[in-house]
Amino acid sequence: MSAALLIARRELGSYLRTWSGYLVVAGCLALNALMFHAFAMGSGSKRSAEVISDFFYYSSGMTMTAAILLSMRLLAEERQSGTLALLYSSPLRDHEIVLGKYLSGMAFLAIYILSTVYLPLMVIVNGKISVGHLAAGYLGLMLIGSAAMAIGTFGSALTKSQVVAAVTSAVLLVTMLVAWLLAHVTERPLSTIFPAMALHGMHFSPFQKGVIHVRDIVYYGLVTYVALFASTRVLEARRWK
Amino acid sequence: MIQVEGLTKYYGRHAAIGNLTFSIERGQVVGFLGLNGAGKSTTLKVLGCVLLPTSGRVSIEGCDVVRDPHEIRKRIGYLPEQPPLYEEMTVGEYLTFVAQLRGVGAKETPAHVADAEEKTALRDVHGEVIAGLSHGFRQRVGVAQALVHKPALLVLDEPTAGLDPVQIVEMRSMIQRLRGSHTVLVSSHILSEISQTCDHLLIIQEGEIVARGTEQELERRLGGGSRVEVEVAGPAAKAVAAIRTVPGAGGVDIESEQDGVARLRVELASEQRPALARALVGAGVDLLRMDRAEGRLESIFLKLARETREPSKEAA
Repeated sequence: MSAALLIARRELGSYLRTWSGYLVVAGCLALNALMFHAFAMGSGSKRSAEVISDFFYYSSGMTMTAAILLSMRLLAEERQSGTLALLYSSPLRDHEIVLGKYLSGMAFLAIYILSTVYLPLMVIVNGKISVGHLAAGYLGLMLIGSAAMAIGTFGSALTKSQVVAAVTSAVLLVTMLVAWLLAHVTERPLSTIFPAMALHGMHFSPFQKGVIHVRDIVYYGLVTYVALFASTRVLEARRWK
Repeated sequence: MIQVEGLTKYYGRHAAIGNLTFSIERGQVVGFLGLNGAGKSTTLKVLGCVLLPTSGRVSIEGCDVVRDPHEIRKRIGYLPEQPPLYEEMTVGEYLTFVAQLRGVGAKETPAHVADAEEKTALRDVHGEVIAGLSHGFRQRVGVAQALVHKPALLVLDEPTAGLDPVQIVEMRSMIQRLRGSHTVLVSSHILSEISQTCDHLLIIQEGEIVARGTEQELERRLGGGSRVEVEVAGPAAKAVAAIRTVPGAGGVDIESEQDGVARLRVELASEQRPALARALVGAGVDLLRMDRAEGRLESIFLKLARETREPSKEAA
């Protein structure tokens, strides 16, 4: 088994044995269900496809929240408890440490995302939804979750305090979410670049509606890669400090 | 086995270690001795590939710490000051994880784990969760993780820190058992621990090696000076006069004089103790007790500490 997978397996085991991961998932699931009933279902009549689209919209927010909360411990806890020395002194590349941590976080986030499936199933019972729409929406949730998890991993690499890591990651994430607002106060080409950089908006909307664009998959893949690359550089830089 | 040449490590503008040079032969148990803040842990972190040096060259079995850190990490086992433990795992799970992380194959891992548990007397707690273990056991798990992949070099940073006297004795004998199968570098600021565990010493002061060698070599080099505590019945002045007649006797301090008993401290080469006893008895002084005021290593260390501080005092 590769070093990254070994680290991921141990970390996932740690998520499953400690209460913090379950608490995050339970809290996010409860909030997700609340928003589903309050906003996605709403009080008026709606078509099933509209309900599902709104479900993915609100779920994306909860997915990003869960990703930041789950990722805050990934590297910060290793530094705080001194176990980073174990990884640093083992024959591993820094990118394997980062990748292993990220994969464990993604595995646990996937458990959370798949746990929300009962909500669209309730819509299927009373309405009509295409499987393609569901698959595209869940792919979108996984991709936006992946980007948020990678940003969270980067925040966690910067500090040994989990709280500071969560706040840093949240600030970075919100900055990327509201990047489209800058389009209103800038001129071309910036007014077209900023919305394209935003984490949600134009890149998540197609998934929400059941449409998959390669450009959106590439975008989320790129954000994930850049954030993980930056995390690796932070780990490398620490050896020189 | 280990070659360190001109090793320097800066934290910002502060030099934690400056121009450190030493070498260690295969199979030795070497004590790395220094006061807190002397630069021991930083040096060991560089040897453990946790930190990279600012300048200088460190090679272990011919591999350079900057160019081939991956190769070096396969050959070393490093125990930091705070044992790196995943508390939610059992001892067996943890050692299995560390063994595989360090490249031990899946088939060989159980044998490696069993061997490490055997050497560190952890068999009985194989299935225990680490969080529930006492400090002594956790420290042993720390040593076990360092040797589970059977490295050529073991780097142990303060392995007895926070242990009670019984656990210290156990840890000492555990380290002594590793002699022969591993080269061991142990850091400590506890003199007796180093004195009883190691066969070669490196003394570090303010980031620089100030002395090296066996305890005997260091004693010879530093004039064999040790302090002897003497307790006599009668006036201290009579005893002092007798002590002054002993060749090689240095300063005499009167520690206390009450109820007809005087306690004195004498700077004296250790082989001159019989002469001191004869001089006192010959002068008609009743000798009640004579003992080393401090261990040999302690006196060496104190002498070195005084020597290194003198120039800075003069400079001030």
